[in-house]
Amino acid sequence: MAKSVLEVNNLKMYYFTNKGVVKAVDDLSFTLKKGEVMGLAGESGCGKSSLGFTLMGMPTPPGKIVSGSVKIDGREIVGLPEDVLRKEVRWQKISMIFQGAMNALNPVYTVGYQMIEPLIYHKGMEKEEALDRAQKYLELVGLSPDIVYRYPHELSGGMKQRVIIATALLLEPEVVIADEPTTALDVVVQAQIINLMKKLKKELGLSMIFITHDLSILAEISDKVAIMYAGKIIEIGDSEKIYYEPAHPYTQKLLASIPRLHEDVDRLEFIPGQPPNLITPPKGCRFHPRCPYAMQVCKEQEPELKEVDRDHYAACWLL
Amino acid sequence: MAEPILKVENLKKYFPIKRGLIGALKGEPHRFVRAVDDISFEVGKQEVFALVGESGCGKTTTGKLVVKLLEPTAGRIYLEGQDVTELKTTEEVKAYRRKVQIIFQDPFSSINPRFRIFDVLEEPLLIHGIGETKAEREELIFKALEMVKIAPPEDYVGRFPHMISGGQRQRVAIARALILNPTFIVADEPVSMLDVSIRAEVLELMKELKEKMGVTYLYITHDLSTARYFSDYIAVMYLGRIVEMGPAKKVIDNPLHPYTRALLSAVPEPKPERRNVIKELPIKGEVPSAVDIPPGCRFHPRCIYAQMGLCDSKHPELVEYEHEHFAECHLIGKI
Repeated sequence: MAKSVLEVNNLKMYYFTNKGVVKAVDDLSFTLKKGEVMGLAGESGCGKSSLGFTLMGMPTPPGKIVSGSVKIDGREIVGLPEDVLRKEVRWQKISMIFQGAMNALNPVYTVGYQMIEPLIYHKGMEKEEALDRAQKYLELVGLSPDIVYRYPHELSGGMKQRVIIATALLLEPEVVIADEPTTALDVVVQAQIINLMKKLKKELGLSMIFITHDLSILAEISDKVAIMYAGKIIEIGDSEKIYYEPAHPYTQKLLASIPRLHEDVDRLEFIPGQPPNLITPPKGCRFHPRCPYAMQVCKEQEPELKEVDRDHYAACWLL
Repeated sequence: MAEPILKVENLKKYFPIKRGLIGALKGEPHRFVRAVDDISFEVGKQEVFALVGESGCGKTTTGKLVVKLLEPTAGRIYLEGQDVTELKTTEEVKAYRRKVQIIFQDPFSSINPRFRIFDVLEEPLLIHGIGETKAEREELIFKALEMVKIAPPEDYVGRFPHMISGGQRQRVAIARALILNPTFIVADEPVSMLDVSIRAEVLELMKELKEKMGVTYLYITHDLSTARYFSDYIAVMYLGRIVEMGPAKKVIDNPLHPYTRALLSAVPEPKPERRNVIKELPIKGEVPSAVDIPPGCRFHPRCIYAQMGLCDSKHPELVEYEHEHFAECHLIGKI
């Protein structure tokens, strides 16, 4: 069995806002093995991006890690001082492709200038050496090496996204978190980026956490899928299990709401209502106000993740 | 196809590009972005006609031309037999807009953040002079909100847009379009900014309203799965042209044009067993600029089947290959 590169145990990250405590990441545990891609899905506001930032050791203020542990390659990163995190962990051990990062490239610097910054900081490389390295990675993501001399406005959206991916890989991290890396891209470009990520997974043995709300895209790449709802993982397991034998009503509904390209669907299902406010989440199962099968127990007690099948867990009283 | 309600004939929209002073002095020719370049289609009454394509293919421009937010460079648009391009005075355009409404992509920017929901919905009524008293207008507003399942309306009319969710906002935008009782609605990517779970809800709602109110939709989208689900007819656009058009199922299940095939192969499907397979995408390169449109078939530089000497020099015609199924390609039947 492949060793695990990322171990998360009982992780809690709360935002301490003026209006109250938002429990964005509430008691999550999972492991990611070397060379594995875990998809993380859920509606907006379920805490999936917050989890990404937390794993990077940089919860957005006023967020704070309350408790729990995150081990990357065996090393505990919760509680490490900021300068150690910055020097030894971020980008070296774990890196992130931020949502919309392709629009965050600085328009007045060349692509190369922006890419080599981490190499100069972290590895103390000379400019030439760093540029060489950047060019190597640009080729790896399917771009021509002389892109380093271009400015962001000279590149198309797909090319910019490739630059971002190359930058995230520069310091050879163990784990890459990709937060909605294909939103805002056209279908064809989106498929090309997914192909690229599949290639990187295979060639570099990259371990990845792929965050998106789109279950169709997730199916294209994930070995394992975790479904989040209101700050909790409510179902987690191998992709086939999640897509073909979903156990949690929320997962079932999410899957039934996707229009299929080659199938006739008379009526799409949808989940009425909205995800709950995370300052005062509903008592019991957080999904119960929207769940068609809610029973009395669902309103009172919170269900724990139960093993439904081998390596397939779901948190629901119906199981 | 049902009796056509909207007819678009040889529609063109060219946007001029500004020349710099030096360019003008040098006598450089005027250049144009050919956003919509000679397209024709018909939309049947109470049907959904989808315009599908990548960004920059001219689908939104077409939608804006239909609503008269833009004036065409050439071509005609007929709604219920009336030539829309002839309407010039403010009164005529206003009367037309009462029949034709638009829903925009982004409910976060299409609704004035300083308006309460009540004001958002009252505005079209005031513009068109519908409802003499505030009470009358209130009744219409409540009815429209109930129609889009924002209930009870009295809980929502006092709220500002930031106080409701994205899905609700898009439903308010739909209510704003519906309140005038239009016959035709241009829906420009109405669900692309929404979460997948909410997309289904909004699409279902739009479908239901089609049955209930007898509206016809021009559905503009880049998403072929929702187009297949929601529409009766699909037209695939590429660089300002319709390259394939026909009944939704035929276009999706039996695509004729290489571009349609490439688009279809790129659509992600929730089938995890193919996760380690690198997808074959029968397309190369990137969309060229609409300023320098390639000669011949405009798709030929990206087409994997392109035959030099034919595709790069001769412009293909839109031909009906089977009943109601059109495509614009020299190589149909040979690929």
